[in-house]
Amino acid sequence: MDQSQSLSSQTGRTRPQWMQASLNIVTYLARKPTSAFGLVVLALLILVALTAPILAPHSPYAQDLQNTLQPPSMGHLFGTDELGRDIFSRLVYGARITLTIIFLVTIVVGPIGLFVGTVAGYFGGRVDMILMRITDIFLSFPSLILSLAFVAALGPSLNNAIIAISLTAWPPIARLARAETMTFRSADYIAAARLQGASPARIIWRSIVPMCLPSVLIRLTLNMATVILTAAGLGFLGLGAQPPMPEWGAMIATGRRYMIDSWWLVTFPGLAILCVSLAFNLLGDGLRDALDPKQMNRR
Amino acid sequence: MNQSPILDVQNLTVHYGGAPAPSVQDVSFQLGRERLGIVGESGSGKSTVGRALMRLLPSARVTADRMQFEDVDLLGASERKMLAVRGARMSMILQDPKFSLNPIRRCGDQVAEAYRTHVRASKAEARAKAIAMLDAVQIREPERVYDLYPHEVSGGMGQRIMIAMMLLTSPDLVIADEPTSALDVTVRLQVLKILDDLVREQGIGLIMISHDLNLVRNFCDRVLIMYAGRVVEALNAADLDKAQHPYTRGLLAAQPRIGGSRQPLPVLARDPSWTQPQGAAL
Amino acid sequence: MKPVVIQDMTIRFGGTTVLNDVSLSVASGECFGLVGESGSGKSTILRCASMLYKGWTGDVLIGGQSVRSMDPMERCRVLQMVFQDPYGSLHPRHSVRTVLAEPLRIHGIGEQEARMRQALIDVGLPVEFLDRYPHQLSGGQRQRVAIARALILEPDVLFLDEPTSALDVSVQAEILNLLQRLRDEKGFTYLMVSHDLAVIDHMCDRFAVMKTGDIVEVLPRDAILDGTAKAPYAQELIGASLTYEQAAM
Repeated sequence: MDQSQSLSSQTGRTRPQWMQASLNIVTYLARKPTSAFGLVVLALLILVALTAPILAPHSPYAQDLQNTLQPPSMGHLFGTDELGRDIFSRLVYGARITLTIIFLVTIVVGPIGLFVGTVAGYFGGRVDMILMRITDIFLSFPSLILSLAFVAALGPSLNNAIIAISLTAWPPIARLARAETMTFRSADYIAAARLQGASPARIIWRSIVPMCLPSVLIRLTLNMATVILTAAGLGFLGLGAQPPMPEWGAMIATGRRYMIDSWWLVTFPGLAILCVSLAFNLLGDGLRDALDPKQMNRR
Repeated sequence: MNQSPILDVQNLTVHYGGAPAPSVQDVSFQLGRERLGIVGESGSGKSTVGRALMRLLPSARVTADRMQFEDVDLLGASERKMLAVRGARMSMILQDPKFSLNPIRRCGDQVAEAYRTHVRASKAEARAKAIAMLDAVQIREPERVYDLYPHEVSGGMGQRIMIAMMLLTSPDLVIADEPTSALDVTVRLQVLKILDDLVREQGIGLIMISHDLNLVRNFCDRVLIMYAGRVVEALNAADLDKAQHPYTRGLLAAQPRIGGSRQPLPVLARDPSWTQPQGAAL
Repeated sequence: MKPVVIQDMTIRFGGTTVLNDVSLSVASGECFGLVGESGSGKSTILRCASMLYKGWTGDVLIGGQSVRSMDPMERCRVLQMVFQDPYGSLHPRHSVRTVLAEPLRIHGIGEQEARMRQALIDVGLPVEFLDRYPHQLSGGQRQRVAIARALILEPDVLFLDEPTSALDVSVQAEILNLLQRLRDEKGFTYLMVSHDLAVIDHMCDRFAVMKTGDIVEVLPRDAILDGTAKAPYAQELIGASLTYEQAAM
């Protein structure tokens, strides 16, 4: 009995190591007030997006021309816009759009940046030259201008905005992954892997990517704030999500005309953008401490 | 060796924050104008002792019944007082000169500056003094070496520059933490010889911290053997072969020797009782 | 089992010649040592011969076959290496199981579990260590895992790059005993780099003294005490080592 218990507790400690590790990271984040704020806002965002139909008192698209530009009241918590749509409901549904943008940009940018960076860093020489010069070209444009150009070329829509943002967000990730890879490339464990006959692809995937992942994750989280702001900016310029979609940036854009008399039109979407991008910044800062390699031994 | 000791340490205990047990426990010794070796394996706490003496452990809890360096109480001295003591009256030589020398400044300037930090002197005086010291550590063409950057000198030369820097202020106590482990055998002897000569000439007290039994045997008067934070045995270096403690004997036996038999080396069997205070072990 | 012959190995990094026409031959089943000061190119020989460095000239024959013409997969099964720093040679995020299973997977070898267990038993570690991570192991245990990794493909030749210089004396004794036992049991050919003449004397039958990319002299083990070394640098190195150890007294 005793033995089986100690055995199971031992395997329980060693087996799902990644699960234990991520649990530790979350506890670490929750202990610091700033990163805890980030964590809470992110959790709230996901919760709101999931339960949008329950949370929203009105349909985000339902127009009510009798009740346009109503100030916040019990019936309309955050007031109504120029077409009488409930701003609160639109914000709640907008969370879904924001999350979609974040999710899609992450799964596009992370792998591209990691791939370009690790390949350039591992092979070095000419491969590195070519890949890094391409990265430099992307880096030398301001990201908003570059995404503007892309959207202008592809036509304005939410999906194109996501593609455009992704195209401008991967170069910093690639540079970071490359720098990290260069520090690991000459490590003995890479030499050992080569002596075992592992192919470059296998070495990059199994040995180098796990080492680069923490810093890439941190960088992605910190970048999210910029991504949200760029998305909002594109929406504001009318090149992102198209009306009547309740995208936060687009809401500010349309509210701009009534801003002087009806402050609630721009204030609440603005606050939402502020909160979420701030949350990601704080979360990224917290992650940087939590994933610090010097603290690896405690885990 | 009858005069009052340079250093008197009674029951030094160092506890790092977060560590379950103290890294150093009840270490006591006195140091006159002699060369004391502290040997032990990695993790035995030997380097921690050196750092505690220099008060370089801000985050650890250092306690002792007594920690007296000449007229300075190392336990109670203010940080200001320590700044005046450290580098001037007691100095430390670290393992790898690559990390101890500032890579973007000329070697000679660093030596001269170390001098000017503690002694009021003009730049020209400090330069002359530094060159004289580089000469004393047997660096040929000291003027030329003065203007070299750390990456332009070899490991042995770098360590000699460090020794020059540390001895320039005529300290009374030098703590050398693995001063030659990063050097090749042929260079190692030269560097140790230079350090040894200077220490003897100037009557400096030397604490040599090392994992290398051969080194302390050849270059120390007395040896403390540390295991798991405690001193398990103290003997004269000449009597190292007559060591009583099973740990010391195990370490000596585990060392391969030139011309030794090629039988498997005796492996050290660790006894948990070694981590108990001395009285209990005996 | 297989002899190693190095012929005219030369490599330059930038403008400096790191190895200059180095030739040596190691009999099958022999333990051959390489000593010399740091920067003399002794580790570079191992890295060139194992094709970790590519841009060198000359040739290396293992069992009569050139490492250049060997299929990379086959080369791995003939030749393995143990590195100096056990803290740098194991991937910090790979468990012992991953470390040992990787080579088996790459080479498509079956009975993985049994082979991994046998490898751990061979190097004197308990089988439960399969699920440990490097940070849960001591330096000596890590080096044993690194040796197990080298053994698991059942090579003929082992390159040992200062396998004990990062370890404590007592742990060094354990690892040296292990390497000796493995050679007796499996008849490996060892090519061993060390800066410590006592270790070379303990392990090797013959050794080469190196200086700035050249082999100064190849000596049998007995030459250390005989004083038959002719080259000045070899004499200096042996003299310094003896003085340091005071073996003369």
